[in-house]
Amino acid sequence: MKIEFEIEGKLRRVELARVGEIARWTIDGRALEADAVEVSSGVYSILIDGQSFEVRVEPQGDGGLRVTSGVREFAAALRDPRQWRRHRGAGAEAEGRQQVTAPMPGKVVRVLAKTGDAVEAGQGILVMEAMKMQNEIRSPKSGMLERLLVVEGQTVNAGELVAIVA
Amino acid sequence: MFRTILIANRGEIAVRILRACRELGVRGVAVYSDADRASLHVRLADEAYPIGPSPSRESYLAIDKIIGAARYAGCDAIHPGYGFLAENPALARACAEAGVAFIGPTAEAMERLGSKTAARQVAREAGVPTVPGTLDRLESAEKAQDAARKIGFPVVLKAVAGGGGKGMRLVERESELAAAWRDASSEAQNAFGDGRLYLEKYLLRPRHIEIQVLGDHHGNIVHLGERECSVQRRYQKVIEEAPSPIMTPDLRHAMGEAAVTLARAGGYTNAGTVEFLVDAGRHFYFLEMNTRLQVEHGVTELVTALDIVKLQIRIAAGERLAFAQKDVELRGHAIECRIYAEDPDNNFFPSPGKITEQRAPGGPGVRFDDGVYSGWTVPNEYDPMLGKLMAWGSDRGEAMARLERALGEYYASGIKTNIALFRRILAARDFRAGEIYTRWLDDFLSQPATEGPVATANEEDAAAIAVALWHISHKGDSGRNGASVSARQESLWKREGRLEQVDRAPQR
Repeated sequence: MKIEFEIEGKLRRVELARVGEIARWTIDGRALEADAVEVSSGVYSILIDGQSFEVRVEPQGDGGLRVTSGVREFAAALRDPRQWRRHRGAGAEAEGRQQVTAPMPGKVVRVLAKTGDAVEAGQGILVMEAMKMQNEIRSPKSGMLERLLVVEGQTVNAGELVAIVA
Repeated sequence: MFRTILIANRGEIAVRILRACRELGVRGVAVYSDADRASLHVRLADEAYPIGPSPSRESYLAIDKIIGAARYAGCDAIHPGYGFLAENPALARACAEAGVAFIGPTAEAMERLGSKTAARQVAREAGVPTVPGTLDRLESAEKAQDAARKIGFPVVLKAVAGGGGKGMRLVERESELAAAWRDASSEAQNAFGDGRLYLEKYLLRPRHIEIQVLGDHHGNIVHLGERECSVQRRYQKVIEEAPSPIMTPDLRHAMGEAAVTLARAGGYTNAGTVEFLVDAGRHFYFLEMNTRLQVEHGVTELVTALDIVKLQIRIAAGERLAFAQKDVELRGHAIECRIYAEDPDNNFFPSPGKITEQRAPGGPGVRFDDGVYSGWTVPNEYDPMLGKLMAWGSDRGEAMARLERALGEYYASGIKTNIALFRRILAARDFRAGEIYTRWLDDFLSQPATEGPVATANEEDAAAIAVALWHISHKGDSGRNGASVSARQESLWKREGRLEQVDRAPQR
């Protein structure tokens, strides 16, 4: 079995072959001895050269995977790595046409801009309420609010498209 | 002692109070909204009753429903926890009318000490220092100038009707006062329809230090030392510890005396917390009183070996405090992290959802007060706090080391948590040195995060293997139309072989 994916922007090729009861791993063409056990759903205990790692894999709303090992976190993407970008609150300004998605399930309590408005990067587009807290959903870039897909009072799911900024 | 106590709350604090009931041999009655049917506090309770739909005002804030449930279950006392109705004198009054004990102060004491302005009046009359300034509205910029000269610059102008920083201006020197007055007044007028202002001395980098007090119904009031709560994000406490890293026996004695004096002057009974701001010169100023159990009561319990919730219940049942001030001894150091379902990488957005897997930390000196479990869905309707992780050590260094160790053991999959934030704070030089103030965390978070240690080649390989295995099992899930995979303990080998067979099998 051969699997390809991206971790932290790096393409990895992992091959898995079975010889009797022993696992043979090949990563990027390099053979590796590793013992891996899924200790609970999405949690793997992995021994490599006697070093013990506990790695957790969690699917994210945007189709990517969050991989955690101790204090380190990796972002991984299985299917189409080009479409997937890690969300960062304070990241650099995004380029091109940007889709704005709801970061959590909740209710749209206020709309702060309307279709056709010029918006700055970081400017609030709407306010969502979840868990008693109101949070502003901000524009990822400076440009024009091409489409606003929600109205006040509307309930949205995590990952649902709420606006497009061009 | 009471026979049956109703807990008018939910989440971790309802669980905490149920535990105290169990230890006292008292029946614990839970109430729950529609969203909380499967919550931990319902599962752990002796009895549980529904009190309405998910919105709090129709359930946890509905006094008549809570009193109704207490009557139905034959409760002789109600514990309000914190939040919801805990500081609402109307619940205390409704309890008195229904002949049910309220585990907290009287409605009158709550009104005297729970309101900021009324409490400051009590404090002034009792000789407890407050932030210098005037509580009365100022008629003009000239009057403000006179008042500011008296207390000394810098000062801060605040809206009488204020809140949320609107109508608030920092004035560093006299020449700025007139313009600041104009701006603040018109801003307050626009925001609240009320342009009246008052002013206070501005404290540079103050700490938030609070004193836990306990008073019984026989005139005894003691304090249990302080908690340092200066690590806050947007005025919300994030980390609390006891004792404060800057505390001296003299300062503790003075602050403790002030807190007890205030409580006595206000006729306070049961557990309460007197909050102070402390400036760089270790002068303390009364801020406000919380007339209830605090979220962070656990750190005081760890350093005093007292159980504050059980003491609250004993006091409400009419028992005398079994110890005096001289018997209160502090031992070691305790620190608490408030674990929230929120994403520190993405503006601290709440992250409700299903906890697919949780591993609670344990071991020496670790206490985890939570209200969640693996497989439970964190509801969208309430505060996103999952629990409080506390560590005790013989000194601050050991407490920090244990907390870091426990944070490493803890995880909750399926939702995002703010655990990474605590790792950052615990690694920060200022925090380790105890050099914190109320805006410290906001300042710290406005700086870019320093890069953590780089992953080793083996660790990267382990991550790659985990992703590959995840992919294999999840491909299998979808191929078998969502049938559950119970492969926890079985060999991945057998499983992969079986999946391959399934892949080859003709479609059913």
